[in-house]
Amino acid sequence: MKKFDRKQMAARVAQDIPEGAYVNLGIGLPTLVADYLPKGREIILHSENGVLGIGPRPPQGEEDEDLINAGKEPVTLLTGGAYFHHADSFGMIRGRHLDFCVLGAFQVSAAGDLANWHTGEPDAIPAVGGAMDLAVGAKQVLVMMEHLTKDGKSKLVERCTYPLTGARCVNRVYTDLAVIDIKPDGLHLVEIVAEGLSFDELQRLNGVPLRYRAAA
Amino acid sequence: MINKFFATPEAALADVHDGATVMISGFGGAGMPAELIDCLIAQGATDLTVVNNNAGNADAGLAALIGAGRVRKILCSFPRQTDSWHFDKLYRAGKLELELVPQGTLAERIRAAGAGIGGFFTPTAFGTRLAEGKETRRIDGRDYVLEYPIHADYALIKADRADRWGNLTYRKTARNFAPIMAAAAKCTVVQVRESVELGELDPEMVVTPGIFVKRVVRLAPAGKTARKAA
Repeated sequence: MKKFDRKQMAARVAQDIPEGAYVNLGIGLPTLVADYLPKGREIILHSENGVLGIGPRPPQGEEDEDLINAGKEPVTLLTGGAYFHHADSFGMIRGRHLDFCVLGAFQVSAAGDLANWHTGEPDAIPAVGGAMDLAVGAKQVLVMMEHLTKDGKSKLVERCTYPLTGARCVNRVYTDLAVIDIKPDGLHLVEIVAEGLSFDELQRLNGVPLRYRAAA
Repeated sequence: MINKFFATPEAALADVHDGATVMISGFGGAGMPAELIDCLIAQGATDLTVVNNNAGNADAGLAALIGAGRVRKILCSFPRQTDSWHFDKLYRAGKLELELVPQGTLAERIRAAGAGIGGFFTPTAFGTRLAEGKETRRIDGRDYVLEYPIHADYALIKADRADRWGNLTYRKTARNFAPIMAAAAKCTVVQVRESVELGELDPEMVVTPGIFVKRVVRLAPAGKTARKAA
């Protein structure tokens, strides 16, 4: 089996973002999606620190410390972009104005519960940022993560063991093995992306039952 | 004649008292009023409650205020960063209280204070440990958590340009929390890069009207290079 690498995962997510969408890309792996948005589609990227219309990373030496994304990385602004304050920015999120957000995750449950902010260790310093707002606010919550933990356990689980970021909020999960929809009756396989991976093997790795109906 | 300009940051912060609640603008380094914070450290007020999105980066600004032991409690959404060692040390030693607030809830609680709102129901954090013990309500089939405003004695913010009435404009994403903090504090102290004559700011472009601002200090920007992402 040949798993998708991070770039392939980002490209696979990007393929599903349509023309005209307003999208928030989470910190880390999801930020990569920006590099793979199909040329020719106008897609407006939002960042919760108060900007719409984020462009590519500036060339070295042209960074502006007043123009950053939520990951505090230097960015640029596209023609037509806009700045606004933090309460407006989160109003856009909670008010269901964003079409998509793409988030990383530690675990996603079969019911669509998301755990991505805390490992549950008692001595960990907690930090949540905008994750809980994005989880409840975006019209479609897409998760992008490796399918298995380092010791081979499925991160798609029956019930999250880590503290929740949001309950019943995830719509679709993109992993290095597959694309899976979360529906009221459970997990539906959209497609297998890893080369040479059979449905039976994916089902064995996934732990939680997967439904699959070939397109009619 | 109204003139909100103060000659020095020392004069603008002279009356900050021990135990004060101080909002500090900025998201990481963008929009952080570093020179005002340095002045607050020198001023000596202690036992402070600080409201900021983060808990300081590296050794400057808010991190230095925390490192100097002046902060008793911090309300923020994202304290843990690779370079938040001053916060980490005091928090682990039990010398610094943390109220962790989701970022949008933090912003809205600040906004609510400035707007005279006594509380609001937000869907954020429902069903999570950050909503434990809080009042909840189902409205039109959606679950919400009751949150209360955050008021402050002082807001220390950074803007780009100001006139003597305290009208402000900002620069790019450095705006972040400043406009809502300006409205939420009893006394808002602003550091700006440039002071302009009354009438020079296009009224259509004013982001924070002077009604929210008490004191303004013009500080020439230090020659900073772009900050490395945290």
